[in-house]
Amino acid sequence: MAERRGNWDMAEDDLPVYLARPGTADQVPRQKYGGLFCNVEGAFESKTIDFDALSVGQRGSRTPRTAKRETGQEARSSASDSKNSPCVESPAANRREGKDSPQVEIRTGGGKEVLQNLGDEKSDRLLIKGGRIVNDDQSFHADIYLEDGVIKQIGDNLIVPGGVKTIEANGKMVIPGGIDIHTHFQMPYRGTTTVDDFAQGSKAALAGGTTMIVDHVIPEPGSSLMEAYDQWRQWADEKACCDYSLHVDITHWNDSIKQEVDNLIKEKGVNSFQVYMAYKDYYQMSNSELYEIFTFLAERGGIVQVHAENGEIIAEEQARMLQMGITGPEGHVLSRPEELEAEAVFRAITIASQTNCPLYVTRVMSKSAADIISQARKRGNVVFGEPITASLGTDGTHYWSKNWAKAASFVTSPPLSPDPTTPDYLNTLLSSGDLSVTGSAHCTFSVSQKAIGKDDFTQIPEGVNGVEERMTLIWDKAVTTGKMDENMFVAVTSTNAAKILNLYPRKGRIAVGSDADLVIWDTDSLRTITAKTHNSVAEYNVFEGMELRGAPLVVICQGKIVLEDGNMHVTSGVGRFIPCAPYPDYAYKRVKARKQLAVLRAVPRGMYDGPVSEFSMSRGGTPSASARTSPTKQPVRNLHQSGFSLAGNPALCGPPTPDDIPIRPAGRRIVVPPGGRSNITSLS
Amino acid sequence: MSTAGEVPAFFKSMGSDSPARPRQKFCGMFCPVEGSSDSKTLDFDALSMCRGKSDGGSGCEAPPPPSQRQVAQQAWMIDYTVCSDRLLIKGGKIVNDDQSFCADIYMEDGVIKQIGENLIVPGGVKTIDAHGRMLMPGGIDVHTRFQMPDRGMTSADDFYQGTKAALAGGTTMIIDHVVPEPGVSLISAFEQWREWADSKSCCDYSLHVDITEWHRGIQEEMEALVKDHGVNSFLVYLAYKDIFQLTDAQVYEVFSVIRDLGAIAQVHAENGDIVAEEQRRILEQGITGPEGHVLSRPEEVEAEAVNRSVTVANQTNCPLYVTKVMSKSAADVIAQARKKGTVVYGEPITASLGTDGSHYWSKNWAKAAAYVTSPPLSPDPTTPDYLNSLLSCGDLQVTGSAHCPFNTAQRAVGKDDFSLIPEGVNGTEERMSIIWDKCVVTGKMDENQFVAVTSTNAAKIYNLYPRKGRIAVGSDADLVLWDPDFTKIISAKSHNSTVEYNIFEGTEVRGGPLVVISQGKIVLEEGNLHTTEGSGRYVARKPFPDYVYKRIKARSRLAELRGVPRGLYDGPVCEVSVTPKTMTPASSAKTSPAKQPNQPVRNLHQSGFSLSGAQVDDNIPRRNTQRIVAPPGGRANITSLG
Repeated sequence: MAERRGNWDMAEDDLPVYLARPGTADQVPRQKYGGLFCNVEGAFESKTIDFDALSVGQRGSRTPRTAKRETGQEARSSASDSKNSPCVESPAANRREGKDSPQVEIRTGGGKEVLQNLGDEKSDRLLIKGGRIVNDDQSFHADIYLEDGVIKQIGDNLIVPGGVKTIEANGKMVIPGGIDIHTHFQMPYRGTTTVDDFAQGSKAALAGGTTMIVDHVIPEPGSSLMEAYDQWRQWADEKACCDYSLHVDITHWNDSIKQEVDNLIKEKGVNSFQVYMAYKDYYQMSNSELYEIFTFLAERGGIVQVHAENGEIIAEEQARMLQMGITGPEGHVLSRPEELEAEAVFRAITIASQTNCPLYVTRVMSKSAADIISQARKRGNVVFGEPITASLGTDGTHYWSKNWAKAASFVTSPPLSPDPTTPDYLNTLLSSGDLSVTGSAHCTFSVSQKAIGKDDFTQIPEGVNGVEERMTLIWDKAVTTGKMDENMFVAVTSTNAAKILNLYPRKGRIAVGSDADLVIWDTDSLRTITAKTHNSVAEYNVFEGMELRGAPLVVICQGKIVLEDGNMHVTSGVGRFIPCAPYPDYAYKRVKARKQLAVLRAVPRGMYDGPVSEFSMSRGGTPSASARTSPTKQPVRNLHQSGFSLAGNPALCGPPTPDDIPIRPAGRRIVVPPGGRSNITSLS
Repeated sequence: MSTAGEVPAFFKSMGSDSPARPRQKFCGMFCPVEGSSDSKTLDFDALSMCRGKSDGGSGCEAPPPPSQRQVAQQAWMIDYTVCSDRLLIKGGKIVNDDQSFCADIYMEDGVIKQIGENLIVPGGVKTIDAHGRMLMPGGIDVHTRFQMPDRGMTSADDFYQGTKAALAGGTTMIIDHVVPEPGVSLISAFEQWREWADSKSCCDYSLHVDITEWHRGIQEEMEALVKDHGVNSFLVYLAYKDIFQLTDAQVYEVFSVIRDLGAIAQVHAENGDIVAEEQRRILEQGITGPEGHVLSRPEEVEAEAVNRSVTVANQTNCPLYVTKVMSKSAADVIAQARKKGTVVYGEPITASLGTDGSHYWSKNWAKAAAYVTSPPLSPDPTTPDYLNSLLSCGDLQVTGSAHCPFNTAQRAVGKDDFSLIPEGVNGTEERMSIIWDKCVVTGKMDENQFVAVTSTNAAKIYNLYPRKGRIAVGSDADLVLWDPDFTKIISAKSHNSTVEYNIFEGTEVRGGPLVVISQGKIVLEEGNLHTTEGSGRYVARKPFPDYVYKRIKARSRLAELRGVPRGLYDGPVCEVSVTPKTMTPASSAKTSPAKQPNQPVRNLHQSGFSLSGAQVDDNIPRRNTQRIVAPPGGRANITSLG
């Protein structure tokens, strides 16, 4: 682990932090494979750049290769509809290069050696013997019997029907399948689409041990949330290979959006909504709008997600960079310094605290943003932070790569921090529980799509890969290094996400009645990440060359084996939409308790009867002049609208009048002054 | 207090756990001040509109405060016979911010001429025997709002009454805020303030100018103010939505301009958007009294805005000065930012150092309303102690008073709606004594640090040093003979302000000025004020104060950004539809005065300095302070793409 990357100048480590330059203090061996700034060898071998796909408005036929795969998968899925027989693809045949054979064998069949690929009717009955079940709270040895996609029995010496397919786990860990809480598959972007659609993306997810993804619905500003939601449902239902759920992004705010949000929560199974503090003049919300959205969602039991960056300052900085002639991908990170991320996180937390709304910060990319979150949690705020695979695994020094395509492939927002100690720091906070969940923000574009911004970094489509690498990377960075144990690993990769989305214990736990989404985890597997072998369509992998320990050996999704021996058996379109109910206990128990405490009372006073100065209303007359356009304006006093504040708000229990509270209750404090009431009329 | 000790901090309610600290020794906490209106007439004429200037006469010639002197009268040897602008102070202990030493001082024509032992002075000069007492530079109150217009009213203390109160407290210079109405030219507002102050001020003064709106004309006016009018500080508001508030992008531009001009960016830090929402919500709930003021402006909102302005200042490499630090969390944000290297200064005010926000819940409306200021006083009763500690350790640097009192009739404009109550508290007279009592008497700071936070730091930040803020040959003869044993009880009965309430009512403070010398003249002795209306001079301030800009300049030089030289991308490019994602990154450029569209010359002041360590300087022969980030693998052209 002592390998240093290249011959950076290490002589000036004592410079103050603000003078440090990217890449100078690196201590983490990041790239063992290939030079840091080299092209990925072989990354393009199996990929054809398809010019047809680059034209506008032809989402359906992107690349010949993809198109071929889609048709193939459609055929397969139609076949599976009738025959229920998954097809076999083995793109990962060369994944274990350098290793002779999988170190743990999987034996099937209770003496009958039923081959799972034959697809007989018993294939949805499965017995996992001799595994060590790892939940977020404990690990124990037990057998698991699955049927109809649900865990039916857990224990020793289970009584199961004869002829059931059996996996001998040999003491390996059996963990709940991962939940990738943040993906952008098949995301439209200015007429093109991210290269990984729901089929390709969810296949990559399964290959990495993730059995459920939560994608973001991004309606164009001005369009209907509901239509966008239906569109995404349609795409995902057609193609997803694993269960999925959806976040909806609120890209503009008015009364009709409010109504749609209400419907989505009540009827469509969406409980999380993302707002943007960046992308000025496009997605960005003002502070007042944020306040209103937070207030609204807090009433409805939703989770507010924020994309936290100060868009106004970014716009100024971008203009300045371009003016200075910096047009390459390094301009992306230079114009979005991590301070702006931290500032926006701070602001979002302040607003969430004012509105007593649970907050979820997507894509925690920098130390300072993570620090703000952990400080807020220490103060008692209900806030969750989501680092992504990229921020946990790599850093932003690559933006200075001489290879434009490589540098551009790292472009995402907020950007990867150029501080090379960031991944380690974020992994530590993830292990300590200050950061709660992990996503991938998987949103891949091909080089030719990234090249839209070849002369202007602000035009580069944003997004990195990570859905496939997420579990392995966290295992390698956090568990093998001893930062967290296997239970915490399960918590951050699966259980916490299920709790926040109110899917627990259906997802995120191995228990009787839970969905049969399981992963048999191999702690000893060692593999090298490369674009040559990954399941994404993108030509670059931001983790290129990393050697990572730990990988899924067998992945079971909906009770079916989808990965074994490095072979994928995925079926496009089998993924179900999992509706999420509002008011997840994990976030809302505390919020509800605070609401009850947060009733404000006015001070009873005599009428002021003294002289009143004349004044003009020429300015300062309307403190809330924005109320005109505000959809949350309510004439009736709403008890859910809470004034709870962490700042030691003194009015939590307003002065109780002696007649309604005769005895001082515990936990309440009396703030009636000892001098008693005095009326203003005593003013001479 | 003991039963509820385990309740988490965020459930703590106000006032109940206040330590057994005697805050109010004089009369009950919630009683109106007895006798506070005795010598004051409510002048109803003065309350009508458009009569900004005539209300000074009614209360200004109040009799000198009775029985102020609590200690035994010392022996004074003052020779009244000769001309009064020559003065010798013998036997004093001179206290500067760096050291204290015993020496005599001779001053003439308002300037300190000699310091030392056995001075040779003209005969017949007036002599003060200091008897070993401390002689310090006169205080500088960096934040006052005398005679401030607000919706047709004017704050109760005009420049005469205000500067008189300042001198009575040992402050010999004030810096007032010019608040132009949006739509009014900065220059004309500035000249209006000059006129008011020149005709009435009793001590030297200078002016900050507030930026209440933003367009190209404002930028030109700022330039004129800096170059021709001696202004080097501008205040922007993050609060007062739809009135004064600027957006983040505007603040960024203002800060860029300020940095180029070499001035100081001051910020009123509160998130106005959230405040507006909260005000509406609180009013909807039927809370209309002054407690609504503090409920709608929780300290988090202050801390958030401080954090945001620190971020913008870092991005623009602009020195930042946070006015009115009222809460622990805001002070913490400043202290952390300083540790990270940001050039930021924090200004607690007399009120936040001396009292807390529990009074907003007073049953006496007039008393509660007297505490209304923005950001509000924190209801946490441990706040003053905390801020005094940060002031003592240097995390906060300067003190102002934000003296802007309104009398009760003016406050009563908001009797049915707290958001209409005019904002501002008193404090210019009490500032020095409160800090002495809270910090020096308690051992938090020594007398030198006291001089630093009341005078020297302010002079340094605003480029008045060493003319002001130091006792040295050539400095202005603004001196205070300080009596650490002096005690007094602050009361509206005896203070020099015209308002009926004093927010420090009943506080007993130790330490006060015995003699105050302003412009070489004795203005306070034996409790008697000898002020002359209109004698105050305007003190022009030059841009680029060393104390602030040395660091800024060094960072600007380091902050050159370079792009990475790459081969041209010659691979395929995806077509895009007509609606671009981020169309114009700087779509505010239309109205932005800070944009210089054709800037052929690289402006060295426009800095790309960033704290996140993202600077590149490659392709340059390695120099001492530069690092080479050219990759070891050499250049790779994009043409190798498959």
